[in-house]
Amino acid sequence: MKTLLKTSAIALTLMAGAASAEEIGACLVTKTDTNPFFVKMREGAEAKAAELGITLSSYAGKVDGDHETQVAAIETCIASGAKGILLTASDTSSIVTAVQQARDAGLLVIALDTPLDPVDAADMTFATDNFLAGELIGKWAAAALGDDAKNAKIAMLDLAVSQPTVGVLRDQGFLQGFGIDLGDPNRWGDETDPRIVGNDVTAGNEEGGRKAMENLLAGDPMINVVYTINEPAAAGAYEALKSIGRENDVLIVSVDGGCPGVSNVKDGVIGATSQQYPLLMASKGIEAIAAWAKDGVKPQATEGKDFFDTGVTLITDKPVDGVDSIDSAKGAELCWG
Amino acid sequence: MSQPDNYETAVSSATSEIASFSEKEKGFIGHFHHALHTTPALVPLIVLVAAIGVFGAVLGSKFFSPFALTLILQQVQIVGIVAAAQSLVILTAGIDLSVGAIAVISSVVMGQFTFRYGLPPVVAVACGLAVGTAIGALNGWLIARMKLPPFIVTLGMWQIVLAANFLYSANETIRSQEIAAEAPLLQLLGAKLQIGGAVLTLGVVFLLCLVLLLAYVLRHTAWGRHVYAVGDDPEAAELSGVNVKMVLISVYALAGLICAFAGWALIGRIGSVSPTSGQLLNIESITAVVIGGISLFGGRGSIMGTFFGAMIVGVFTLGLRLLGADAQWTYLLIGALIIAAVAVDQWIRKVAA
Repeated sequence: MKTLLKTSAIALTLMAGAASAEEIGACLVTKTDTNPFFVKMREGAEAKAAELGITLSSYAGKVDGDHETQVAAIETCIASGAKGILLTASDTSSIVTAVQQARDAGLLVIALDTPLDPVDAADMTFATDNFLAGELIGKWAAAALGDDAKNAKIAMLDLAVSQPTVGVLRDQGFLQGFGIDLGDPNRWGDETDPRIVGNDVTAGNEEGGRKAMENLLAGDPMINVVYTINEPAAAGAYEALKSIGRENDVLIVSVDGGCPGVSNVKDGVIGATSQQYPLLMASKGIEAIAAWAKDGVKPQATEGKDFFDTGVTLITDKPVDGVDSIDSAKGAELCWG
Repeated sequence: MSQPDNYETAVSSATSEIASFSEKEKGFIGHFHHALHTTPALVPLIVLVAAIGVFGAVLGSKFFSPFALTLILQQVQIVGIVAAAQSLVILTAGIDLSVGAIAVISSVVMGQFTFRYGLPPVVAVACGLAVGTAIGALNGWLIARMKLPPFIVTLGMWQIVLAANFLYSANETIRSQEIAAEAPLLQLLGAKLQIGGAVLTLGVVFLLCLVLLLAYVLRHTAWGRHVYAVGDDPEAAELSGVNVKMVLISVYALAGLICAFAGWALIGRIGSVSPTSGQLLNIESITAVVIGGISLFGGRGSIMGTFFGAMIVGVFTLGLRLLGADAQWTYLLIGALIIAAVAVDQWIRKVAA
């Protein structure tokens, strides 16, 4: 059965390839086409594809977590005879079978933003170093508190109970940067440091951020450091703090670098945020597919890492010694969404 | 000569007792059952009080304080308002899967009309409320006039409205700071009232007033009795002179309006206008309705029950979080609660018991 699938996939590829002669096709499969992060990713891919004369087809799940639509998109893409796929997987381990099918059919598969599980299931991953993104805001928070870091009361606002890799990496990076013993670095919530008041999940939006913050504040109203998985969750947490009048004596840190988030750094809502670059991920990905189609060259990982690092920059208006950063004005020029 | 028929004697010899049911000795269980049968909100109220009692005993003042208890009200305000709308629909033996989407698009309309077109906030809010009512009325029209099943109509409307919401807003969030500076009216329902340690918001007050108002309307007005009648047996209602179609359309339109208010309260709660919020409101509202003891087959249950149902979910969520339990335990318990609620409902329906 498997060989049959393989051969038919190859046959389809050849047929489609023969039909469109010289034209190079590429596919972009994202989690949704409404999240500004993925919208920016698509813009980056489209611009680069137009520049290199590549035909780009974009697909997206209906909602975050929509695995079936992504599998169907990969199958469609194999059938269309494309040379490569840029993929942001909703389900990092279940998608592996479909990805393997594509690779067997001779397509280059690049994971964007979210590494697959295992990471070498894709030919390469172009992503933010999420652990480093967390570490930067952790270091900044510890330095900004100075001696008070010893007595900090920290709330951890994570993504989801299923502990997706991106959420674990940012959370653990933050704790490492802050100087907290990690326990198992592959999961959050197992740390024993008394400075951590608790973890709660936000689904990465304002509503979840507010509720999670309220829950943790009900447990300990004296929380003074808040780690958030992303900037919408941070905005929600800020509303919860504002409602009990503590918005000015709590340090909120986050990750993303979206334009509303950078504005929140400027307004002092968020103390510092780590900015990532979705546009760059996508344009580099298209370049890699072009190179693969031309010479059969696969992209290389960044030295010392198992993925291609598209960079991360700390944005804050209160820089501290020992952590490189840019201010919110500079961040606003580079922001997305 | 035969005796003339004397019908009168039959009357005089007949028993003068009026027809009646023979009351067996019911005992405590029987009386309790009867009370549950006549007061549908009693079961969720008992569960709510028990849940507060248990969490209060385990957690002490952390949970059993005015602050924590009013925090639960704040956390359930949006679901509570939407669930009130859902109750009306379910009382007519319908279901509305589009409630969350209507709430979100209404909030987006309020935000975008203010910031994209520069309309005065009060006009934008009125437009948002009108959009919610219009979508609800369209649902009602499709169900009542086109005879389409409510599940299908609102399943479709849910996706149409959600897609329209993302397309129209470009999924861009309007930040809390901008709204506070330029259109504080949008955040009105988030305004706080402090009474001792208790913190209430206008959204919570709105929810409480809405529940009391709907409870009155459903019980004491002709329209309210018609809603029950339509849900119980639409043909019988039609024959007794109820305009079933108009009742249905008005119920869905009113549900849309209430959802639009929920959208307004949502802006107050999260500060910003975010097109991605409220994704699970349809399921959460149905959960509250079911736990609150309203029958999914229509015609039975009370709006107070729905309010208690929403509160039960809120109490469980905060209580378990304060105990430090993994969030999954909340889902597990609420799932069990839903099934238990339906089982209790079936037991209460056994009038002969």
